[in-house]
Amino acid sequence: MSQTLNASTLLAIPLAPLAGSLLAGIWGTQFGGNWIGRRLSHTFTILGVLVAFILSAMTLSSVIDGARFNESIYTWMVVGGLKMEIGFMVDSLTAMMMCVVTFVSLMVHIYTIGYMDEDEGYNRFFAYISLFTFSMLMLVMSNNLLQLFFGWEAVGLVSYLLIGFWYNKPTAIFANMKAFLVNRVGDFGFIIGIGLIAAYTGTLNYTELFAKAQELAAIDFPWYIFGMDAMLITVICICLFIGAMGKSAQFPLHVWLPDSMEGPTPISALIHAATMVTAGIFMVARMSPLFELSDSALNFMMVIGSITALFMGFLGIIQNDIKRVVAYSTLSQLGYMTVALGASAYSVAVFHLMTHAFFKALLFLGAGSVIMGMHHNQDIRYMGGLRKYMPITWITSLLGSLALIGTPLFSGFYSKDSIIEAVHLSNLPAAGFANFAVLAGVFVTAFYSFRMYFLVFHGPERYDQNPDAHHGHDDHHGHDDHGHDKPHESPWVVTVPLVLLAIPSVVIGYMTIGPMLYGDFFKDVIFIDAVKHPAMQKLGELFHGPVAMAIHGLSMAPFWLALAGVVTAWYMYLVNPKVPAFFARALRPLIVVLENKYFMDWINENILAKGARGLGVGLWKVGDRAIIDGFFVNGSWKVVGLISGMVRWFQSGFLYHYALVMILGVFVLMTYFVWLA
Amino acid sequence: MGLLSLAIWMPIAFGVILLAFGRDSQAGAVRWLALIGAIASLLVTLPLISGFQLGTSEMQFVEKFTWFERFNVHYHLGVDGISLWMVPLTAFINVVVVIAAWEVITRKVNQYMAAFLILSGLMIGVFSALDGILFYVFFEATLIPMYLIIGIWGGPNKIYAAFKFFLYTLLGSLLMLVALIYLYVTSGGSFDILTWHKLPLSAGVQTLLFFAFFAAFAVKVPMWPVHTWLPDVHVEAPTGGSAVLAAIMLKLGAYGFLRFSMPIAPDAAREWGMLIIVLSLVAVIYVGLVAMVQQDMKKLVAYSSVAHMGFVTLGFFMFNPLGVSGGIVQMIAHGFVSAAMFLCIGVLYDRVHSREIASYGGVVNTMPKFAAFALLFAMANAGLPGTAGFVGEWMVILGGVQFNFWIGLLAASALIFGAAYTLWMFKRVYLGPVSNDDVKGLTDINAREFLMLALLAVAVLYMGIYPKPFTDVMDASVMDLLKHVAVSKLP
Repeated sequence: MSQTLNASTLLAIPLAPLAGSLLAGIWGTQFGGNWIGRRLSHTFTILGVLVAFILSAMTLSSVIDGARFNESIYTWMVVGGLKMEIGFMVDSLTAMMMCVVTFVSLMVHIYTIGYMDEDEGYNRFFAYISLFTFSMLMLVMSNNLLQLFFGWEAVGLVSYLLIGFWYNKPTAIFANMKAFLVNRVGDFGFIIGIGLIAAYTGTLNYTELFAKAQELAAIDFPWYIFGMDAMLITVICICLFIGAMGKSAQFPLHVWLPDSMEGPTPISALIHAATMVTAGIFMVARMSPLFELSDSALNFMMVIGSITALFMGFLGIIQNDIKRVVAYSTLSQLGYMTVALGASAYSVAVFHLMTHAFFKALLFLGAGSVIMGMHHNQDIRYMGGLRKYMPITWITSLLGSLALIGTPLFSGFYSKDSIIEAVHLSNLPAAGFANFAVLAGVFVTAFYSFRMYFLVFHGPERYDQNPDAHHGHDDHHGHDDHGHDKPHESPWVVTVPLVLLAIPSVVIGYMTIGPMLYGDFFKDVIFIDAVKHPAMQKLGELFHGPVAMAIHGLSMAPFWLALAGVVTAWYMYLVNPKVPAFFARALRPLIVVLENKYFMDWINENILAKGARGLGVGLWKVGDRAIIDGFFVNGSWKVVGLISGMVRWFQSGFLYHYALVMILGVFVLMTYFVWLA
Repeated sequence: MGLLSLAIWMPIAFGVILLAFGRDSQAGAVRWLALIGAIASLLVTLPLISGFQLGTSEMQFVEKFTWFERFNVHYHLGVDGISLWMVPLTAFINVVVVIAAWEVITRKVNQYMAAFLILSGLMIGVFSALDGILFYVFFEATLIPMYLIIGIWGGPNKIYAAFKFFLYTLLGSLLMLVALIYLYVTSGGSFDILTWHKLPLSAGVQTLLFFAFFAAFAVKVPMWPVHTWLPDVHVEAPTGGSAVLAAIMLKLGAYGFLRFSMPIAPDAAREWGMLIIVLSLVAVIYVGLVAMVQQDMKKLVAYSSVAHMGFVTLGFFMFNPLGVSGGIVQMIAHGFVSAAMFLCIGVLYDRVHSREIASYGGVVNTMPKFAAFALLFAMANAGLPGTAGFVGEWMVILGGVQFNFWIGLLAASALIFGAAYTLWMFKRVYLGPVSNDDVKGLTDINAREFLMLALLAVAVLYMGIYPKPFTDVMDASVMDLLKHVAVSKLP
């Protein structure tokens, strides 16, 4: 393997999926006249992603050997000395992300052959997911903030297209608009953060920016912010993080992610679990030299992350839609990553990002397989006992769930335990709350994961109890005829990706924790001020290899909390199914709050959206119509009309009018002079 | 004959020929001749781009002849980095508009085509005139063809709209004429705009001149609160009229700020800049909210134009390179995007004869090709990176944050509003199940419509992916303008 990286090879990595996407998207759809059929469409797109994956793996290998790349490809524009470029920076963080993105994308592409088999939009779907792969690669490979923002919005666009893939479904086209708009709120913060960086450093290039980070840290924020004193760096970091909150669905901008489940399941795995939603985490890790300089921003992240980790986990408990359970679990895990970022454990956050990408993609694809097996029923209350019918889906989902709850030796254990430890060792004020949240979250995660697992794969078969068997939330064309069949295992194109994802879900943590967290894999990428934030350093001192960590883990609180969660779920949903009903009655008010998702959607729809529309109507009807047009514009022509009407009265053109006025005038004048005289 | 003269007079000559010889009985020949004229007029503008010298703010392709010796009026043309791109943009939009009218206009085809060709030439004249009177003549003359386009081929309330358009803009420009004459007198008998740039003026005079120009240009842009003519006019105007109005005519006003207000009255511009910024921010936010609740697609896009033009004036008066260049880039980008938005509405209107959002729903089912274009343009209107719509907004927001954090913050809210009104309309018109028989019976775009939208789509994507050719051209002129504005002209 070569030591050097060259621009053309790197350029081929994002362009290969783009080419596949254009072929399938233009000539595989009605747009270009359906020239190429399904087989060619999926062949082209899969080949594109395969090429990207192989080249990414080679890149990773070169990077491990010490190769680095940081060059611009072309200049986008230069204005007033500010150079904006498109370019690549490839280091260990980039290379790892590239491999994760292309690998999961490849699995999802293959899986899609089976999952979307009966869908009319087959080629269009392949075009979209390949376009997504291109956008995500441009995002992670960027060497500057402009291209990052490009990729950032481009993945948002593809997410919009894919959530609304079934454009005849009213819930889907509402969800995709909501996702785009909520993300735009995040981008609003993000672009201001980028603007401040450009204004104060005169560059958008990462390397040049990081070189000036210390200068930035010394500047006070020069504008009034409600009487507070703030450092510029804090405002910058919080603005950037608001962007991450949108993309990575952190409270209170998380509302779009559960609704995004309206899209087809493969994209829930690829976009809304494994890759796109982790872009925010990636970005903060990338910006670690800036975030390290602001304790306020770190605290802020830790609080937001903790809220997301714990409270979104609670919502997972009461969901009955299999995809929504996994979606809330994703929210909660993203919260964990954010907490890790707040604790300055950037490498741990990225490590969890990687392990999570594998096991969460696995869980989503497993859920999709279950949905197919259940003839597009998504309600876990009407499943049960599927392990008999779907053995491969069963085993792989079990492995994924074990990884998710942090079973020792599984990948999730290494990353999640490291987060918990890092928070425990953090000396920031927010760490106390965060520590509680992440520990409680372990129990919650185990509970909802295994609640779902037991309800789906174990227990009695409840397929006939579904009152609306043919109206699941997912796509359902062409399925009405075999609603009463027994569940069936999915075809090989579905199960092979499950197996291929299950392998890293189990072993990747064990294999990579040493180099990624405590070796020098991220040495020149992630910057930590070890004096101010010693958590990672202390963590390193405690680490004595993955086996020792697993054995040590058995005696620690997270393991017992997770076990308690599994046992509780087992008792409540398999042994004694009356217990959940009892709790549902006893804790009614609490359940109502959870069922309404803390009323966040209600507030957004009834106060923010309706408020904005009401304001719009008011400004239009009163401001534009009544005041500007009604009073000023039409008012001025009325005044003109009035005056001319009066003037016209003086010039009636009748001689006797003038004569009368003259006589009257003479009379008045005469009287005046006579009386005065 | 110089290139600029060709660019101005070639479309006008074709227009006159069409007026003289065209008959509705030979509508086919008239259309082809109009298309040939429009394409030829576009081709003669291309050497302007290739022959433009970068790195200088001097006027290029200058032509100067005496027009009225008695009053020292000259036929004086030239372009710099600020005006260069507007010339080919105008000619390009003219080609698109001729294609758009092909089968749609069946009545008085020759007059319709002639009006657009002549209008295109006159607008190029505005962008390249360097003599005050020449500028004024072109500036006012553009009103006539547009007035006729609205008044003859417009909707049911076309007469009211045509009058509102004419009077609103004419009243504004009369004050400008006073200003031009005052400058002529003060400068000792010169109508040369570049001479006026160097003319020392007292603070009071500058303020009066600034507001006289402001009256003309603010109405044209249009800035809040003199924007209410635009939605009314767009609703009544035929598709091509709306496209040209939004794409080019609004830019005449914005261009005026750069050519007159800022360099002639720099002290007043700096003093009153904050007023313009506030009005622009009102346009971005207030009008953004108003756009969101429109029921009529054309009104929605008209309001969205006002909001987007708010970015132009906002950028100009921040007096930094990102802001001013961003404003100019936004002018060009909005030319492509707004034309595309109006043409998309035209495609639907030609089939269903309704502009109401509620008359549609699920268009993607019956017009998938068209919906793909519509999505691209909607995204461009919402400022998605990779499209033209993003470039100017990005630059102005960055410039805004540099100028004042809070102004940047308010400007950036356009990211949310723009996406909200555009995507909500897109959802209601294009997505969802087929909502009624009209939509069910729609036929997808034909080759002509495909070509017209594809031309704009290429432009929108090219500018989004590689805007450097646009910004390189303007860089030296913008820098020079900023340097000029920074220096006081008080005697």
